[in-house]
Formats: sequence, C-alpha cells, structure tokens
Amino acid sequence: MATVTLTPTKTPELMLEANSVTPDAFAGKNAEQIATLECREGKTHVTIGDFFTVSGNAGATAAETDIVIAGDCTRVKYIGSKMTAGTVTVNGNADMYVGGWMKGGKIHIKGNVDSFCGIAMEGGEILVDGRAQNHVGCAYRGDWRGMKGGTIRIKGDAGNDIGTFMLGGTIIIEGNAFIHVSTHAEGGTVIVKGNVDGRVGGQMVKGTIYVFGEIKFMMPGFKKVDKVDLEVDGTKATFDHYIGDLGERHPKSKGKTVFADLYLKA
Amino acid sequence: MSEIKGEILIKGGFVIDPAQNIDGDIADIAIKDGKIVERVSNAAKVIDAKGKVVMAGGVDVHSHVAGPKVNVGRLIRPEDKLFKSGVAHAPTRMEMGFSVPSVLKTGYDYARMGYGFVMEAAMPPIHAPHVHEEIHDTPIIDEAALPVFGNNWFVMEYIQKGEIENTAAYIAWLLRATKGYGIKIVNPGGTAAWAWGMNCLDLEDKVPYFDVTPHQILTGLMQANEYLGLPHSIHVHQNDLGNPGNYPVTLASLKLAEGVKTKNKFGREQVMHSTHLQFHSYGGDSWATFCSKAKEVMDYVNKQKNITIDLGCVTLDETTTMTADGPFEHHLHALNHLKWANVDVEMETAAGVVPYIYSKDVVPNAIQWATGLELALYSKDPMRTFITTDHPNAGPFTRYPRVIKWLMNKKSREAVLASMKKSDKVIDATTIHTIDRELNLYEIAAMTRTGPAKCLGLSSYYGSLKPGMIADVAVYDLNYKDMPSDPEKIESAFLRAAAFVKSGEIVVRDGEVLSHGHKKTVWVNPKMKENPQVKRDVTESFTKGYYTVGLTNYPVREYLAPHPFVIDVDVEA
Ligand SMILES: [Zn+2]
Repeated sequence: MATVTLTPTKTPELMLEANSVTPDAFAGKNAEQIATLECREGKTHVTIGDFFTVSGNAGATAAETDIVIAGDCTRVKYIGSKMTAGTVTVNGNADMYVGGWMKGGKIHIKGNVDSFCGIAMEGGEILVDGRAQNHVGCAYRGDWRGMKGGTIRIKGDAGNDIGTFMLGGTIIIEGNAFIHVSTHAEGGTVIVKGNVDGRVGGQMVKGTIYVFGEIKFMMPGFKKVDKVDLEVDGTKATFDHYIGDLGERHPKSKGKTVFADLYLKA
Repeated sequence: MSEIKGEILIKGGFVIDPAQNIDGDIADIAIKDGKIVERVSNAAKVIDAKGKVVMAGGVDVHSHVAGPKVNVGRLIRPEDKLFKSGVAHAPTRMEMGFSVPSVLKTGYDYARMGYGFVMEAAMPPIHAPHVHEEIHDTPIIDEAALPVFGNNWFVMEYIQKGEIENTAAYIAWLLRATKGYGIKIVNPGGTAAWAWGMNCLDLEDKVPYFDVTPHQILTGLMQANEYLGLPHSIHVHQNDLGNPGNYPVTLASLKLAEGVKTKNKFGREQVMHSTHLQFHSYGGDSWATFCSKAKEVMDYVNKQKNITIDLGCVTLDETTTMTADGPFEHHLHALNHLKWANVDVEMETAAGVVPYIYSKDVVPNAIQWATGLELALYSKDPMRTFITTDHPNAGPFTRYPRVIKWLMNKKSREAVLASMKKSDKVIDATTIHTIDRELNLYEIAAMTRTGPAKCLGLSSYYGSLKPGMIADVAVYDLNYKDMPSDPEKIESAFLRAAAFVKSGEIVVRDGEVLSHGHKKTVWVNPKMKENPQVKRDVTESFTKGYYTVGLTNYPVREYLAPHPFVIDVDVEA
C-alpha cells in the first residue's frame, strides 16, 4: 500500500469540485503528477496543486492507494466520488457528494459531511464520525435509480431525504434523522438509532427500515402486523413490525404481495 | 434575406444532390452572400473536400426541440443532464442534456451533423410565444413550428358542420397568430376525448361532446390544407400509437388520401405526411404476440404516391417521450411506472411526458427497433421516406448517424440483433434479418435533405445544391468511391461533419462549432379575405372568457421571432 497525503494550503474562494481526488485518479502517479490533476472551481479549471501540497506517491492501482487529507475540506466537494477501490481519509469536515456514485473502497470522514453523501452509491463503505446534512444515500435529483449497494454509517445526526429511491445497500444513522426516510425505495436497509420526525417510508415499494427511537408522525400508509425479536446492527431488541406503504403499488412474489417492512423498537 | 457576405468554394468533393440527379460527381460548390452560385472569384475562402462527400444541409421534417412540452421534459428530468453537461469551450456556451438537450446543445448538435433546417413538430397554439422564444435561442439552425389542430375546438366544430372554408379561414388566422408553418394533427379527436378520460383508438370513434370522428377530422383538415394551398401537407400522428395490432388503423388513415389532389405552388406532391410510422406499424394483439407489420404498411405506402412518411426509429437509448397524445403518455406511465407529467392546453390540445428506456433485451423494444429500420429498407421511394427518431420519443436526434449506419450496413444491424438476449424471439416477429438491402449515400441524401425539403414545400430554399438555394452545405469525411468497411466510421462521419456551411457562413469545421450563425424562423402567412364568421367566433372565444388570455395577448409578437423568413401564400378561393 502507498499513502498520498494532501495538506490544504488555502481555502477555495468558491467550492472546489475535486472529482479527481480518488484512488482511481491517483493510481500509478507520483506526487508531482497528482498535483497537476484537474479540478474545477466554478467555471475555471484548477489543479489539486493549487489547493494542496501533495506528498507521497500513489500505488500502481486504486486498490493499492490510500489518500489522507490532513486538514479541513469544508469547501471541497466530490471527494472519493466514483471510486472503485483504495481508501480516502479526511481529518476534518467534507463538503457535498462525498463518495457519490462510489463502487468500492473505503472513505472515512473524521468530521462532518454536507449533503448528498453516498448519492447513488453502488458499493464500498463510507464512515462519517460526525453528522451529515441532507440526502444521505439518496438518488440523484429526478432519478429513480438510487443507492444500489455498499454501506454508509453516520455516527451523528442526519437531515432529510435519507435513502430516497434506494434499491440496495445499507445506511446506518446512529443519531437522529429529520424527515423522509426511504421515500420511493424499492430495496435496501436504513437503520436509524435515534428518533425520526416523520415521513418514514412514504411511497415505499420494497426494502426495510429499523427505527430504535421514536417516529413522531407515522405515515398513515403503514399498518402494524406483528411484534418480533431481532438483532439489528449488534443490538438485540423487540420491534413492532409494520408493512407499507399501502398507498403504493407493490410487486407480487410467488402469489404473495411484497410490502416494505418498517420495524419500530417496542 | 441573408446578411452574410463573402465567398466560399467547396472544392473537389463527391457531390450528392438528388434534386439534380447528381450522384458522386466530383465538383466544386460555389457560395456567395449566403446563396449557392455558379462561380466565385479567386478571393473565395476554400474548403478542401477532396475525398469527401458534399451534400446540401440536412432537413429534419419532425423533431420536438422547442416549447412547453420540451421544457417540461427538461424540468422533470434533471438526471438527463447528469454527467452530460460538459465545460464550455469558447466560442460555444455550456451544453446540457442528452434526450432533452438545452437549446444551445440542440443548435450545436444539429450543426455538427450538418443539419440546417429543423421542424418543431408540435406547437400548442396558445404557447406559441414560448415556442418562438426557444426557437430564437437555438443557435445556427433555421426552424419552423407546426401548430396542432387535430383536437382544436374550433376545428372540430366547423368540421362537424362540414364547413371547410371556415376551417381554412380559422387555420389561416391561427398560422398568422402563432407564426406557424402548417397543420399538425396528433391523435385526431383522441386528445380531446382525453379531457373526459377517454381516447379515440379507431377512425370511427366519436369524440365526446363534439360528435366528430378522427376520420372526419383528418378528411376535413386535408381538404382545408389544399383549399389554402399551404407549402406543407397535413402532418399526421395517427390514432392508436404504440399499441399491438394498430397497423389496420394506420392503413385506414393513409387510405383517406386516396383520390385527394394537391393544390400548391411549392412543388409539394403529397396530401398527407404520416409521421413516426414505426409507432403505427405493429401486428399482434398483445405484447406477447407483438410483431412488425412494416412490410404490409410499406407495400401500401410504395404504391400510394400522394403520401410521405418519416420513420421514427427506435435507437435503443434511455430517452424522454413527449407528445400531445395525452392518453398515450398515461398508458405508457402505467406500463413503466416512471414519472409522468400531464398538461391540458385550454381549447386546443394537451401533452404528456414520461421517461422511457428502450432496451435491446426487452422483446417489444427490440421489435420496435427492427420495425423502424424495416420501413426504410422496404421503401421504394427515398424521396417520400425520411429519417427521423421522432426526437426524443424513439431516441435523440443525435442518433440519426447511427440510424444511417444501420441502414447503410447490414453487418452493423446483424451485430445489434445478435447481441440481443432474446434475438430468436425478435427474429420471429420481424423480417429485418432477411433484408440484404444496404442504402447508398444518394438514398440517404434523399431521405435526410432533398425529400424532406420537398415534402415541406421548401425545395426552392433547402435540400439541394442548385444555384440560388440557401447555402447550407455539409461535407462528410466519407470516400464515395471507397466507403469504409468499418460501419462505425459511417456513424462518426455523419455525427461530426468535416465542415458545415450554414447560409453561407462556415459554422463547423472538423465537428467543432465555430460560430452561432444567423438563424432564421420560417413561418407561413396565408393571405385570405376576411371571413366574418370565423372572426366573430374567434373574438367571442376570448371575450366570453373561454380563453384565459385576451385576444391581443394571444398572437406571437414580432420581437419573439426577430429573424423571420416568411412564406406568403395567396389563397385563391
Ligand atoms: Zn413527434
């Protein structure tokens, strides 16, 4: 494994769109070459070297490349987007689109992330030590093909629109969430360890939601069917089992209608 | 007409111009002050076309590129722009989108393909100001728009009473008010029935309240069109689009043209243009028995000389369907569960928008792909058969080069067929695998420029390289004498013209856009003596509050079409 360290040298005036900060783009390049990789600030073309000092050379492949950003990236978007392997660690906050469309590898953000973390993700892992803004693991605006795979874990709170149009993978919010969880989802799992305000599973076709805390306003389209004992993310507990959204179309499998499942800790 | 000055000489290319029966002769094309001329001085700018093909600029007979319906498509599909919005490189501006491209991308992409004229195929009359604003913002290409008439309340009432002259007078007023080009008919009667949650799937289905049939609407509008002597014929999207077993309705609609004579001074020979025929050429009685009836439909089209068609080829892409056929879009939404937008347009029309993914591995989609190509390959008259994708309904217009590749190269068709998951089922339901025909460049030129120009009554301006024509000239990197064995080279040559001269100005070199050109808006001005009854009816519809706007706010103001190219029609009643 080879580690490339980026140390921020200045704060972007606009937001820095750092699509090239990925193990895939770095693979096979030395520090000097990495510094010349293109990014965008507004409509202008800039390079990684304009905003970071680069030390260390990348590995031959993405899988052999670790990237460490030794500082704050509050104004840096698209870190690790579309990456397929390797790791990215940010010792601070990150802006929008962390790990968007990501297919593999690991991202660890030691601070907070802004919105669209793990948008349309297909595989790999994202770990955020702090909190997340809105649209964790959601679909791109307008798209009906959301997160397909991988795991996102947010240790703090998250905002609204978590797992919208989700098709697969797992999202774990260890804190509280605001509104709209798994809206329109047709698969995947969302676990909220804290409370949710409401709109949980609206227009949900398939998939699973676990809520450990309270749902302040339950969707009318969910119906309680039984009580079950489960182990969820390492915690054993009894859950009330709901199915829904009864107002939405649902597929049939072996003659039985398939609903989305919502488990609320009893 | 043109403000462009200067001389250009396109030197030594293989010239193809069906209007002059020129097929691959090596010749120079001279251009002066925006027009094609016999010769130019030594000072002319020279474009070396040696070893390349030279054709007139492309003419698109049917495409949805401007107006509220296209904009609804852009609005409900932000994902259509995802990763498809490159960075602008001067002199062009930012381009966005794939199936519903931004106006800038629309103009640039047509120009890159060497197209100089595009017909917006469905203009809701009350929204004509919006259509013209977008047309004006689309660079380079000349455009016109067809207002929709087939579900218009005035039209249905006059036709119900058998009043052809009043129908014609209303059309003349509306064309002037909307700066429109001709008569578009979309699902005649069916879209009006949709306001009651119904449809007209057969020619004899009655439209609720109006008590007319699609049959009467088509016949009445065809008569009114010839009464006016418009440059274009009626332009028809028939009933029962997209459904298994719809080809008998298609044939019945086409037969309404039998015995009808053209009356016009624009060189047009047809009385009906049948658009995106692919969507109307299906057999079977369910999606399980769905099959192509392209052969049956083209056997009729080939012998019935007073009709023209365009293909509406399915290109096997993710695209956005949009049509004034409101009930059809609802039907499609129920099939694919994707998002649906629906609009009702006062007394005039409606529209729906639904995204759609045509997959080669979904049997009905694959059959649709084959059906579109079969229509062209069975055509005996390329001058009456035009290449379209009903952009963006069956695929984006940027796939015309791919359609051309498939039509010119059997190997490329077979490669697609072989790659399909259920190719055996597709082969059972189509005949494409039995067709050896490969179209040549002369036939492609007829289908993409000379033919459509003639059909639109524009053959004195577009579609040919004769002296006097508007200087729209495309140069493609294809050697007429030594066509590439790799079919991909056909597609890439037509996608990015080696050069394109628009109205006498070099706007594209090596596929790169160099200039925003000098676009024009083409519209038809029928001059007809005032018809007091129609005037009263139109005025009343505004004063009685049937319309949400006032009569003075209805027409398209001059400033919305600041570069007009008006075709006057003196109506002899
Ligand atoms: Zn159309």
